[in-house]
Formats: sequence, structure tokens, C-alpha cells
Amino acid sequence: MAPQTPSGTIRVRFFARYAELVGRTEAAVAVPLPATVGDVVRHVRDQLPGAHDIPERPLTAVNLRHVKLDASVRDGDEVALLPPIAGG
Amino acid sequence: MTYLTRSLIPLDVLLAETSAAECGGTCAFLGTVRDGPEEHGVTAIEYSAYEEMVEGELGRIVAEVGERWAGARVAVRHRLGRIPAGEASIAIVTAAPHRAQAFEACRYVIEEVKRRVPVWKKELRADGTEVWVDPSGRPTTRPAHV
Repeated sequence: MAPQTPSGTIRVRFFARYAELVGRTEAAVAVPLPATVGDVVRHVRDQLPGAHDIPERPLTAVNLRHVKLDASVRDGDEVALLPPIAGG
Repeated sequence: MTYLTRSLIPLDVLLAETSAAECGGTCAFLGTVRDGPEEHGVTAIEYSAYEEMVEGELGRIVAEVGERWAGARVAVRHRLGRIPAGEASIAIVTAAPHRAQAFEACRYVIEEVKRRVPVWKKELRADGTEVWVDPSGRPTTRPAHV
């Protein structure tokens, strides 16, 4: 029997225009581990209705901190896809 | 400490928070909702945020000010929700021993907010359309009637 690939569940959060595109503010996404933020973004864009209009390389955060797409994710992490920031 | 509010920003409270006898210069910055000639009749902006991350990121920016300008004090509030044109969406008050430090610290805070703090704005226009705008105020979507 082949060893099972471990998988993790990532809480993905959407904001502003991206939340409108997918019609929701969050989703639980299962990804094979090890995985990066970029893997999570690809999974979301491929699987979630409306998400293909989110850019391939959006701003992202993991557990409330800005990260690059090559940052790794772990089971239980919160990944946020952030539209261009426009505060102030 | 929360840096977010859904009410009018009380500038007097921010001034009181930063007041100190050893600070000889205080700088206050207000960012207000603009309806200029290029804004297509903006009546208000709806501000939304990744609120938990805003608190963390603003806390880090405030800490950085303390590291960069010795003795500097900072108070910041960002308002969320629907803000009418002319009202403040952000207020920053910095106080420091000398005025140059207060000006520099205040400029640092607003520039870092623009760069790092996850807040978004949707313009609400007089013709009934709404549009998400990017950091420079340019639309990121076509105006949509609601």
C-alpha cells in the first residue's frame, strides 16, 4: 500500500473585490502538504467558482502577516488573499 | 488598543494620547474623503478591512516609530464603514522632542499605512454607481449600478 500524502486544511479569507468575485468571505481548502501559499492560490483559482478572476499573483498574508507566494503553509493556517491595498 | 473605529475620529483624544512635556513638536495628519474634479462625484467611500491584520500591522508601524525616532509618541485611528466626502478616514498624530522628528514620523506612518495596512475603499458616486479604487484612486473595476 502506497503511503498517503499528508494534507492540510487551510482557512482562506477573501476581502473587498475578491470577496465579491467569489461570493463569500472565506473557504476551507484542503491541500496536499508540503504546500506553499502559491499552491493554495492556484487551488482556489482552479476550484472555487468566480475565483479565476483573482490575479495569479495576488498580495497574500498568512496568519495576519504579509508573505510572498513561496512561503510555506501548515495545517490550520489562515491564508488571506488581499486586493491592492488602498487605505488611508 | 484598537486602531479602528466606525465613528467620527476624535482628534482631541489623539492629541491627548500623544501629549507629553518633553515633546516640543506635534504633527497631526488627517486623510479625508475627496470629491475633486477627477472623482466623478464621490458622495462617500465605503471602507472595509482585514480588521485583525490591521491591528497587528498598525501596532508594528507604531513600534517602528519608537525605534526610529527616540522619544516619539504616536496615535492613529482608521475609520471604517461609509464615510461622507469631507470627513476624515484616518488621523495620525505624532509628537516628538523636536518638530523635524514629529513631521518625519507622521509621514512615515501614513506612507506605511498606504503600503502595508489591509484596508480597501469603494467609491460611492452621485450617479448611483459604486467602484473599487486602487491605492492611487484609480478604479479597479467598472462602475456598477446598485
